[in-house]
Amino acid sequence: MTTADHKPQILAFLAQFFGEHRLAEDEDIFATGFVNSLFVMQLVLFVEGEFGITVEDEDLEIGNFNTVLALDALVTRKRAVGAADRSA
Amino acid sequence: MSEIHTVGVVGAGVMGTGLAQALAQSGHRVLLVDRTEEILEGAERKIREGLRFGRLLGAKGPREDRDTVLKRITFTTAYEGFEEADFVIENITEDWGLKQGVYRRLDAVCPPRTVFAANTSVIPITRIGAATSRPDRVLGMHFMNPVPMKPTVEMIRGHHTSAGTVDTARTLLAQLGKEGILVEDSPGFVTNRVLMLTVNEAVYLVHEGVAGAEEVDRIFKTCFGHTMGPLETADLIGLDTILQSVEGLYAAFSDSKYRPCPLLVRMVDAGLLGRKSGQGFYSYATTLA
Repeated sequence: MTTADHKPQILAFLAQFFGEHRLAEDEDIFATGFVNSLFVMQLVLFVEGEFGITVEDEDLEIGNFNTVLALDALVTRKRAVGAADRSA
Repeated sequence: MSEIHTVGVVGAGVMGTGLAQALAQSGHRVLLVDRTEEILEGAERKIREGLRFGRLLGAKGPREDRDTVLKRITFTTAYEGFEEADFVIENITEDWGLKQGVYRRLDAVCPPRTVFAANTSVIPITRIGAATSRPDRVLGMHFMNPVPMKPTVEMIRGHHTSAGTVDTARTLLAQLGKEGILVEDSPGFVTNRVLMLTVNEAVYLVHEGVAGAEEVDRIFKTCFGHTMGPLETADLIGLDTILQSVEGLYAAFSDSKYRPCPLLVRMVDAGLLGRKSGQGFYSYATTLA
């Protein structure tokens, strides 16, 4: 299975909330002052809806959601698990 | 003062649902009452969501099964079980006519020992106490949003509030893992007297084109170290509640410094109520535009 790049979609979603600011892939989303900690709930619902994954309780750690790279890695991991489940 | 087991929560809006969640998580039996089944179904969804995201927002301690926590909450439109309530916290809209009706009902269904706490933004606690037959057992408890995350509560002593009532409230807060800061009764207390003016003035800055909402909030966060800016806070509280509170202060003090900003009024008229309506000063979208 090829590893898709989810970063363009994640960046496009985030751009709605960051005005003129160009968010770097490794920049802490919550340290910029553009969003507050409650924004993480929007992020969870976005990745679930956009990428068709289910974020389990054990994945609900801020380290999975605070940068574009972390979000991309989470989506890649959850999609791999989903694909493995479907082929099993 | 003995333990408090059963807590009635009146009003299943933003504050009521957060409170019901926090109370259930600390092992209390909760009676959550509102006017319609539809509101209560929405409240149950909100509480499930709150339990799910709790850890992500900084909740500590062991993770408890969500259904176990939810089973501690009775959702009712008929004040079912309030005859066993040790403590009641009222969180309805800031409308004095509606509040009076609720307190008359509570006074009739609850035993004389039950303490009533008003989680109001600006209505004087002494006036609320006077609407009951137990003004000594009425106080203000101004919880902060999101309730499960906030360690401190502003407690307000009305003119007739007894020392025993304040102790009972402190017992409940201790059981919730929270602390209270006691202040005397005055419209808006300490928090909202300052916060509502700050929010209203921040709306004026946007209204006048001095700065955008993002700039105002980023200044508060990055220059002052606030967790949230005033306009994000307004979105979280609900712009309708902000407007009612500013109008309440205006009425209470008859002072023009509390005049509501026309932009705030227009946004409420347009249904842009903040987080709860999906749009306020910010968008709460969960999809790509």
